Amino acid sequence: MRIYRIMERKWLWMSISLAVIALGLFSLGTRGLNWGIDFTGGDILHYNIGQPYSLNEARELIGSFNLRTFEVKEAGDDRQELIVRTVILSADQQKKITESIRQKWPQAQLIRAEKVDAVIGKELQRQALIALLIANIGVLIYVTFRFEFKSGVAAILALVHDVLVMISFYSIFNIPVDSTFIAVILTVVGYSINDTIVIFDRIRENLKIMGKASFDEIANTSIVQTMARSINTSITTLLSIIALYFLGGETIKDFTLALIVGIVSGAYSTIFIASPLWSMFRGQQKTARA
Amino acid sequence: MSLRAKSLLKIAVILFIAVFLAYTLVFGIKIGPYQVAPVKKAIKLGLDLQGGIYVLLEAKPRPGQTITDEKMNAAKEVIARRVDQLGVAEPIVVRQGENRIRVELPGVKDSQKALEVIGKTASLQFIGPDQKVILTGDNVSDARAVYGNLNTPMVSLKLDSEGAKKFAEATQKFLDKPIAIVLDGEIISAPIVRSVITNGEAVIEGLSSIDEAAQLAALIRGGALPVDLEQREIRAVGPTLGADSLAKSLRAGMIGVVLVMAFMILYYRIPGLVADLALMFYIMLVLIVFITLDATLTLPGIAGFILSVGMAVDANVLIFERFKEELRSGKTLRAAMDAGFSRALTTIFDSNLTTIISALVLFYFGTGPIKGFAVTLIIGNIASLFTAIVVTRILLVNLINTRLFTNKKLFSA
Repeated sequence: MRIYRIMERKWLWMSISLAVIALGLFSLGTRGLNWGIDFTGGDILHYNIGQPYSLNEARELIGSFNLRTFEVKEAGDDRQELIVRTVILSADQQKKITESIRQKWPQAQLIRAEKVDAVIGKELQRQALIALLIANIGVLIYVTFRFEFKSGVAAILALVHDVLVMISFYSIFNIPVDSTFIAVILTVVGYSINDTIVIFDRIRENLKIMGKASFDEIANTSIVQTMARSINTSITTLLSIIALYFLGGETIKDFTLALIVGIVSGAYSTIFIASPLWSMFRGQQKTARA
Repeated sequence: MSLRAKSLLKIAVILFIAVFLAYTLVFGIKIGPYQVAPVKKAIKLGLDLQGGIYVLLEAKPRPGQTITDEKMNAAKEVIARRVDQLGVAEPIVVRQGENRIRVELPGVKDSQKALEVIGKTASLQFIGPDQKVILTGDNVSDARAVYGNLNTPMVSLKLDSEGAKKFAEATQKFLDKPIAIVLDGEIISAPIVRSVITNGEAVIEGLSSIDEAAQLAALIRGGALPVDLEQREIRAVGPTLGADSLAKSLRAGMIGVVLVMAFMILYYRIPGLVADLALMFYIMLVLIVFITLDATLTLPGIAGFILSVGMAVDANVLIFERFKEELRSGKTLRAAMDAGFSRALTTIFDSNLTTIISALVLFYFGTGPIKGFAVTLIIGNIASLFTAIVVTRILLVNLINTRLFTNKKLFSA
């Protein structure tokens, strides 16, 4: 069995993650997150134009309404759909925009309209944060009980890593953060903790067998022994969601893409963050039984 | 019966259950008085998949007023009635929190009109047979459902002094004639005046049940003490987009599941095939629980479900990898299988329990969509534990017992 020298390069793996997160934090600091209407309040108008159209013309058309901010986006398989995101519109304004679009493109139809007052999203966001925090404490307690406190801390740090990578991803690629963002984060956290525990479980088992080995060696061996499983589970999970990304339609493209990034991050953090951290926390002594 | 025959029989039974479940889910079944609808009909689709309008209304107190439970209930009744007039099949009008009302109207095409109907402030009028307005909601100070002398349900009305005066005149004028109570232009009751009422306290009789009385009283209260409702959140999805999203996500989901299954067979051979069968059980089990809980399937919900299919094989992957390790160390198929299962079990137990713990916390502390998400996560986890461990184990052990496949290569070792 090949032994990969993963622990020996732990600083490399952590640096890669830190670089991604630093880039994300820089993006977050300079331009922030692209908060969707669920959080900022506003309107989304989704039209099926029914014929090829020019996005620039659409932008000009919406621009003529003198809204404080707005965004236009092409969508649909044949690029004949138009998604307009604006500040909160009055019923009258919305009507006029739809009318002007239908004047320009007579076959156009409003197929989706959403309006959100900012209050709702903020409440959901706060609740989600609190719930997530308490869930993490629950995981920490369980892992401490079943394994040890140091494993718990390493597992939680890996989760924090995943959440930071996700936030970085949203910020760098300017993906709108809507209410599904919370679902994405929760899914990824669930996947990641599951993944981490599998390796910690193997480490626990190997601690008993490999009495004389160093913690680095034990972590390395455990990672290698579970490598096939780590890769295969990531593959099946990604296979299931990638089809959805390509074929699932416009409305869930961002959602599925974020899930894909999160799954990759969760798989990475298990091997390259949680395990090295565990080994570091256990200290430098040569043998596990020292 | 030989061990071999017994094993074959057990496998046949499981295959039969799988086919039976699949048939029931796809076509539905009818046994005597019991009937199970096919999954297509039984599962409730969210508005994003079938099209329709979702509106979240929030009550805004007028100066000097407070929002009470009673007022909110009355407002809810008023809206439910308006929604009925729109002729929507299966509308949902429920209170949410202290001061909000959630309205869901599946399949509504003219969202503008629906929003106008829902959004207007209630107006209540008492109208005489001469079509003249006797008094308005402003004059009504209360309406309640009560039991009369002979235990008959009725609505008791209280009017303010101005209302009492107007009502006294009207009851004198229209004795033995009906006075219509009109809410938002629709007659909700037309009691006949039996006597002249001068003290501003009237009762409406002739109601079939106390529930009917309570509903009428709530409607009158809702019109008399209207709360201003603001539309905090509106989501309208056209029926074409909804159908399109449903078709696309289902097709993508099927392709995703087929890819996962193909991967399992290519990589794990016979155990992979068994895992795929367990995965079908998983999918069917989750669908059955969804239907039983009357859960609503949304677009992100479908995505989460499909993702969970990819994750559900994890327990099998863990077992099979252990199984391979044991085979490599020279054990027989049966011994390796037993060892693989028992050694993988702790890992599966710990990793799934951690996820379930965080899901339970989310369920307890979260609300709305977060709660829904937590439930899905828990259902998925428990179902995959059952199918990946119990179903796979029975199938594999018995398959090995039949000695149909003895080449270790077929078990991916």
